[in-house]
Amino acid sequence: MASKPRTLYEKIWDAHVVETRDDGTSLIYIDRHLVHEVTSPQAFEALRLAGRPVRRPDLTLAVPDHNLPTTARRDAAGGRIPIADAQSAAQLAALEANAPAFGIRYIGDADAEQGIVHVVGPEQGFSLPGATIVCGDSHTASHGGLGALAFGIGTSEVEHVLATQTLLLKRSKSMEVRVEGELGPGVTPKDLILHVIGVIGAAGGTGYVIEYRGKVFEQMSIEGRLTVCNMSIEAGARAGLVAPDDVTFAYLKGRPMAPKGAEWDAAVQWWRSLATDDGAEFDKSVVIDAADIAPSVTWGTSPEDVLPITGAVPAPESFADPSKQDAARKSLAYMGLEPGTPLTEVAIENVFIGSCTNSRIEDLRAAAAVLKGRRKAANVRWAIVVPGSGLVKRQAEEEGLDKVFLDAGFEWREPGCSACLGMNPDKVPAGERCASTSNRNFVGRQGPGARTHLVSPAMAAAAAVTGRLADVRELVD
Amino acid sequence: MQALAGVEGRAIPFGAKNVDTDVIIPAEWLKTITREGLGKGAFETVRAEPGNVFDDPEHAEAPILIAGDNFGCGSSREHAAWALLDLGITAVIAPSFSDIFSGNAFKNGILTVVLPQEQVDRLLEVAREHPITIDLETQTVTTPFQDRFTFEIDPFRKHCLMNGLDEVGLTMARGDAIAAHEASRVRHLPWLDNATEKAA
Repeated sequence: MASKPRTLYEKIWDAHVVETRDDGTSLIYIDRHLVHEVTSPQAFEALRLAGRPVRRPDLTLAVPDHNLPTTARRDAAGGRIPIADAQSAAQLAALEANAPAFGIRYIGDADAEQGIVHVVGPEQGFSLPGATIVCGDSHTASHGGLGALAFGIGTSEVEHVLATQTLLLKRSKSMEVRVEGELGPGVTPKDLILHVIGVIGAAGGTGYVIEYRGKVFEQMSIEGRLTVCNMSIEAGARAGLVAPDDVTFAYLKGRPMAPKGAEWDAAVQWWRSLATDDGAEFDKSVVIDAADIAPSVTWGTSPEDVLPITGAVPAPESFADPSKQDAARKSLAYMGLEPGTPLTEVAIENVFIGSCTNSRIEDLRAAAAVLKGRRKAANVRWAIVVPGSGLVKRQAEEEGLDKVFLDAGFEWREPGCSACLGMNPDKVPAGERCASTSNRNFVGRQGPGARTHLVSPAMAAAAAVTGRLADVRELVD
Repeated sequence: MQALAGVEGRAIPFGAKNVDTDVIIPAEWLKTITREGLGKGAFETVRAEPGNVFDDPEHAEAPILIAGDNFGCGSSREHAAWALLDLGITAVIAPSFSDIFSGNAFKNGILTVVLPQEQVDRLLEVAREHPITIDLETQTVTTPFQDRFTFEIDPFRKHCLMNGLDEVGLTMARGDAIAAHEASRVRHLPWLDNATEKAA
C-alpha cells in the first residue's frame, strides 16, 4: 500500500512519537539534549528537590558558553583565571558541578572542544540527521541544517527532558521556503536568511517548522545551512530544516560522536529516506527568487527590519501598518538614524564576528578573505573575532587566519557567545554602532543602548575596513 | 504550580508589537541560578523612560498585561515568564505570542490569551481606567461594560492550569510507554544510543 507522501518534518515527527493523546498532543522522544549554564540551573535544582535522576545521560551533553569571558582562561602556569563577575562565575560553577552529579558528559572551558553549544553539537557529531535535538536556547534551530528536528525550549522543558527524555508537543504546521535560482556574487547564506526574515516577517513563521528547499540549499555547505536554520527563530519559526544529503554525510563522517562502521551505513540509509516525498503538502509555501537577494543589513531593532546594502534608511510613513510605523519611529530613534540616509553612509565604531550564527570556519575564511592585506578604519574602535569553538580556532590558526585578523587590527579571542548578548564582558558601548554577524538586533541586546546592524561575516569585514556599512561587492573582485 | 481559575483586576495597557525577551528581561539578569527576584529587571529599558505604563500608579500591581503582536519573541529564556510572575502578572493578552514564550508562560501558570487586534485595541482602551476579568472555565474576557470576548485555549493546557498539574510528574507516570519506545528505537535506530560515550 502506497503511504501518503510526507514531508521531512512529518517523517522525523512520526519516528519520535511515544504516544498521542486524544487532544492531538504527542509525547515526543528526544534524541539529543544540549545543556548550557544559563537555562539549566533551575532545572537541575528541581530534579534535586524531587529526587529525580537524568533519564538518559548518554544523550545529554553539557557545554558552558554564554557567560564565559573570551579573553585568556588560563594563566602562564596553567591555572584558571578567575571570572570577575561573581554571578557569571556562580552560574558556570553550577553547570560544572551539576553535570558530573547527574552523570552528564561535560566539555569545559579548558577543553579544546569547548565552544558555543550550536557549534559544538554538529562539530562533535552529537547532532545527527533525523534526530530530535533540544537545548534551552532558541538558536537550537541551527542543527536543522543537518536535517535534524531541532528547537529551543524553556527551563521547565529542560527539566522535563532531563527527567523523561520526552516533551509534550503539538505538531507544528509546515512551511516550505523555496529559493529558486542561484545566489549572486558576494551574497551569502546570512544574506539569504536575513532576506527571508524580511519577506515573511519576525512573526511570519510562528506556529510553523520551515523546510528550506531548492538548489541553493543543495549546493550550500553545512556551515551555510546551519546559519540559515539558526535564524529560523528570528522569523518566528521554532525550527528550520534542510534535507540531509551527501554534503551532510560527508560533513559528519568520522566525527567523534557520529556512528561508525555498520551503524554508520545503517544510519545513512535511514537518513536518505527522510527527504520530503514528491507530492507531500506544506501548509504554506513561500517562493523567493535568489536574484532578489543582495548583501543585506538590518536598520532597526527587529530582525525583519532588513534591507539590501544598496538601500536607504526607510521613513516610518512608508509602512502601511500604523503599529509598524510606530515601531519604526521608535527603532530609528534608538538606532540614531535619519530616514533617507543611504545605508553605506552609516559609520560604525565596532565590529563583531562570531556567534552561533556565523563563527564556523567558513565564516572566518569569508571575513579573512576581505580583510587580507587591509586594516580596519581609524574610526573602528573595537573589532573582535570570536571563533565558535576551540576546534574552529585551532583550524583557523592552522590556516593563518588569526594573523590576517590581527594584522587587520582585530582581536583574536577564545570561543563563546561573546558580544551576541550582554551576558559576558564583551559588550558594545551605549550609543555606539556595531556591524555584527550575530542574530538579534533587539534593543540592548549587545549591551544597554548598543546599536546593532546584522550582517554577514564578509560584510562585517567590509564595514571594518571602510568604517561604515559597506557593500562587500565593491571590495572584492 | 498554583491552580488558576481566572485572573481579575487592572491590566497594564502596554500594546507594543514584537516585544522581545531582551525587552522583557535583559540578558544581564539571566545570571541567576534561582527563579526569584527577576521583577526588578523586568522591562528595564521601557521603565527607564519617564511616564511609562509599568510605573504608572494607576496600574500598580496589575495582574494582567496587554501587548501587541508576537509577544515574547526572541530567546527561549524562561526568565521572561519568571520576571512577569515576580511583577505579579499572571495573564497576558495579545493578538499573538511566540511559540516558546507561550509554552514557558503556561508551565509557570501564566495564562496567555490570544484575541484579534480589534478586541485587544478595545481592551487597551478600557484598561486605562477599568479592570478586566478573564475567566478560564468559560474562556472569556469581560469588562465592566458590555464587552465579552471569547478565546481559544488548548484543552490540555486548560486542564493543567485549572488543576495546577505538574507536567513532569504527569509524564513520569508514562514511564512504561517511554521505555517501550526506547526498546523499539534501539532496534530500528541503534546508532542514536550512547552518544556521548562514542567519543570516550
